[in-house]
Amino acid sequence: MSGDNEDTQTADETTLDEKEVQDKVISPEKAEEAKLKARYPNLGNKPGGSDLLRKRLQKGQKYFDSGDYNMAKAKIKNKQLPTAAPEKTEITGDHIPTPQDLPQRKPSLVASKLAG
Amino acid sequence: IVFKVVVVSCAGAGGGNCDVQWCFSQVKGSIDDDVAEADIISTVEFNHSGELLATGDKGGRVVIFQQEPESKNQPQCRGEYNVYSTFQSHEPEFDYLKSLEIEEKINKIRWLPQKNAAQFLLSTNDKTIKLWKISERDKRPEGYNLKEEDGRYRDLNTVTTLRVPVFRPMDLMVEASPRRVFANAHTYHINSTSVNSDCETYLSADDLRINLWHLEITDRSFNIVDIKPANMEELTEVITAAEFHPNQCNTFVYSSSKGTIRMCDMRASALCDKHAKMFEEPEDPNNRSFFSEIISSISDVKFSHSGRYMMTRDYLSVKIWDLNMETRPVETYQVHEYLRSKLCSLYENDCIFDKFECCWNGNDSVVMTGSYNNFFRMFDRGYRQDVTLEASRENSKPRSVLKPRKVSTGGKRKKDEISVDSLDFNKKILHTAWHPLDNIIAVATTNNLYIFEEKLN
Repeated sequence: MSGDNEDTQTADETTLDEKEVQDKVISPEKAEEAKLKARYPNLGNKPGGSDLLRKRLQKGQKYFDSGDYNMAKAKIKNKQLPTAAPEKTEITGDHIPTPQDLPQRKPSLVASKLAG
Repeated sequence: IVFKVVVVSCAGAGGGNCDVQWCFSQVKGSIDDDVAEADIISTVEFNHSGELLATGDKGGRVVIFQQEPESKNQPQCRGEYNVYSTFQSHEPEFDYLKSLEIEEKINKIRWLPQKNAAQFLLSTNDKTIKLWKISERDKRPEGYNLKEEDGRYRDLNTVTTLRVPVFRPMDLMVEASPRRVFANAHTYHINSTSVNSDCETYLSADDLRINLWHLEITDRSFNIVDIKPANMEELTEVITAAEFHPNQCNTFVYSSSKGTIRMCDMRASALCDKHAKMFEEPEDPNNRSFFSEIISSISDVKFSHSGRYMMTRDYLSVKIWDLNMETRPVETYQVHEYLRSKLCSLYENDCIFDKFECCWNGNDSVVMTGSYNNFFRMFDRGYRQDVTLEASRENSKPRSVLKPRKVSTGGKRKKDEISVDSLDFNKKILHTAWHPLDNIIAVATTNNLYIFEEKLN
């Protein structure tokens, strides 16, 4: 019986539906899984696998091309690099992103409110 | 034989273990509902004596509280915790080479055992660990005759007497200075640090590797665990937490996103990729679902003070393991089982990835962990009882006893109970700490720190 369950997880939709009816009675977790699959039919069957983990490992990745930046700096030499208008949050088009354009994460100059 | 323990809720008016009633002591932080990101508390840790309590936040700041000595006037009240020192530990950085933004958020603070007058702690963000020295200065030398009033050095020809400065008392000043910076050793994000019982070395763990450091040496670090696959497509699990054994300096454990804990012995080999023991509870294949692996991911692992047991926290439960038995935990406590039928929405709003911590009380008889709606749970291992308490401003009258809370799971909701659908999932208690000796606990809500203590009669 346990062997069957493993197989039907990757089988076609109709067998899965039958199991869902059974499982709604048995396991709240399986019922939740059915709900999720109904909302996102393209969800892969391997949830804990590479995709999720790789997303976790890539946390903090931002776009900035140091090559472009240094090339642009070399070309313009003494002149100031064109900086994005303050309202622009996205760097697009010909503008070369500079470190100044990246959303500045300034260190907290304010003391923690816990110390207040 | 299944070792699963069924826990009965404490029906009485008291909380926690049968004889302990918890009452509100203090709350730190602003009442403001609008929380700035920087103010989100990311770690809480008592030092080894319990006299100091440190917090770290998303803004990279550390605040240390010190317990006031017990006053003779009020012997029934334990001393209050007041601000002792605060400093900016880490700052945001940008790695231009990797296009990687490095958060200043303090992931962990670990205190070193005290060896002299100064206190030392390790604080870490995603990439860099720093050793901070916190020292007191209560006297200063006075009586120099080498400088003018405004600080300029006097012309030495005008100095005619030899005056030896004398130390005079001054207002207490607490200074924090970074003594060591341990950088550039982690490609991935650091999740844990742990000081060895030898007080000379410590480990730092990221998603795929664990490094061993000597506290005096910053330009070198030994890699002791490496689970990075040759081909990243084959990545199946990451390291989620690691800790040194409290008294065996050669032993440490690390937990994974797949719900396993590996214990390693550093005497066996330089690279501890081969574990000495692997702790894993067998899974019922009938119950496997899309969520199984995600909710089995261990978010915290803590050795008991005795060193005989370790505790792990996964999304829905707390498990106690006997270090001599790898096959299954000896105790399992359900933190919020009612969430099992909400996993779909918890996956959609990312709450299923919340990393809850757990802690032991001083004598390892009670364990504690957080939940949602600013609830936190205590499990008494001896009396087999558990309680749910709440950290909220509504229960913040000095010394008011905390009333146990209950989440109603069935159709009928009793008075004073809260239904699962009314729980606020934005109010999470991820970080809690228990005083090493007394019944004093520190519970962090999003941006407030609550201190509760045992009601003394």
